[in-house]
Amino acid sequence: MAESKKIVRVSEVVKNFDLGKIVVEVLKGIDLEIETGKYVSIMGPSGSGKSTLFNMIGGLDKPTAGKVFIDEVDIAQLDAYELAWLRCRKIGYIFQTFNLIPVMTALENITLPMTFAGVSGDDAVERGMALLEQVGLTGRHEHRPAELSGGQQQRVAVARALANTPAIVLADEPTGNLDLTTGEDIISLLKELSVERGVTVISATHDYKMLNVSDQVVWIRDGRIDKIQNRDELEIRTGGLETA
Amino acid sequence: MSRLVALPYRKSIQMAFQSIRVRFFRSMVTTMSLVLAVSFLTFIQAGNDIAQGLLSSGEPEYLQVLTKAGFDISEKDQTIGSSAKQQWIVFLSLLVCVVGIINAQLMSVTERFREIGTLKCLGALDRFIVRIFMLEATMQGLAGSLGGAFLGGFAALLMALIRFGLSILPHVPWAAITATMFFTLCIGTFLSLLGVLYPAILAARMRPIEAMRVEQ
Repeated sequence: MAESKKIVRVSEVVKNFDLGKIVVEVLKGIDLEIETGKYVSIMGPSGSGKSTLFNMIGGLDKPTAGKVFIDEVDIAQLDAYELAWLRCRKIGYIFQTFNLIPVMTALENITLPMTFAGVSGDDAVERGMALLEQVGLTGRHEHRPAELSGGQQQRVAVARALANTPAIVLADEPTGNLDLTTGEDIISLLKELSVERGVTVISATHDYKMLNVSDQVVWIRDGRIDKIQNRDELEIRTGGLETA
Repeated sequence: MSRLVALPYRKSIQMAFQSIRVRFFRSMVTTMSLVLAVSFLTFIQAGNDIAQGLLSSGEPEYLQVLTKAGFDISEKDQTIGSSAKQQWIVFLSLLVCVVGIINAQLMSVTERFREIGTLKCLGALDRFIVRIFMLEATMQGLAGSLGGAFLGGFAALLMALIRFGLSILPHVPWAAITATMFFTLCIGTFLSLLGVLYPAILAARMRPIEAMRVEQ
């Protein structure tokens, strides 16, 4: 394991939120390494600091102390342009609330990050159509988000996250707004794409369905890492879930 | 490899246009306030232009009619000046219009926080966001001001015809009215841009993390 590449490295990260009178310590020193190509779930109760850690990894927030490395680059050292480039090219985001741009069609939503990355119009359309096909939405490219179901919107979001072939896909409660079966569909789609494209998927979740596909589960409790379980350990502990 | 994200102008214009089209009703409300303010400004200015044209025609009966109609005619150089009251009302109408635009655009930013956050997560730079808002404001400004300029110009002409009769037609200073309309078009577009400046900066400063916020 030691020789495999670490795509994300979190080192002694502390995050405090200054609320004026009191300072809330949300992350109390987190060390974490995530290997390339793994499917990692960050699990923990609400308020455990799970989302905060997730935002740090995504370069959406900066730690109070400690360092976050993405592909061995300390993201605190990046300026606004480099950070935008990182978000555009290295990371794909999937949100609980889908967050498609409501005024754009499915295809335009997918090609937007490609436009930011400087891909020409025709190439972007071609790649966008291929991605739509891959997520099982052939023929829906002209539809606006409002004309798609929740599951379909999340599929478009998955395609958009993969638009610039990022190294990491960050999924924040991707199944949080979906029903059971649609959620399962999205999870298996993510897993499939992760295996197929070798992309690292990191997801913050409450959803135990996610455990089935995760290579590694990071349990966060009270701002600290409670335990990190690999897939084999997980199967022993959660037993029946594997067949569920 | 260059590590720069890009947003071609064509794409940003398209995005701004789409955004206006989809939120047509809201855009209409903003645009209408501009139409009203600009048409009022044009009406006053073009009215003065026409009066000036009549005065310059040198026919004495117009001088009498104009004085009766309440125009301020300077004794010295025989020009029509806009009265302080007129200027004050025009200023107020423009002020109200800008405040209205700022208000509407702030609403629009609040409404679109998730969209803006998402764009930033996808790699948009602050200036892309400012640009999209500015382009939207320019389009609304141009459309509203153009409508307002024509409406105001037409109303001023109609008013003059009703007041002074058809005989004034040869003395109507078309060039001056066109210049006034162009001037008010510029003023209106400028006001629209002025109104969007603060909301656009606010939007651009929004952190990408906002996109993650979940609240019902």
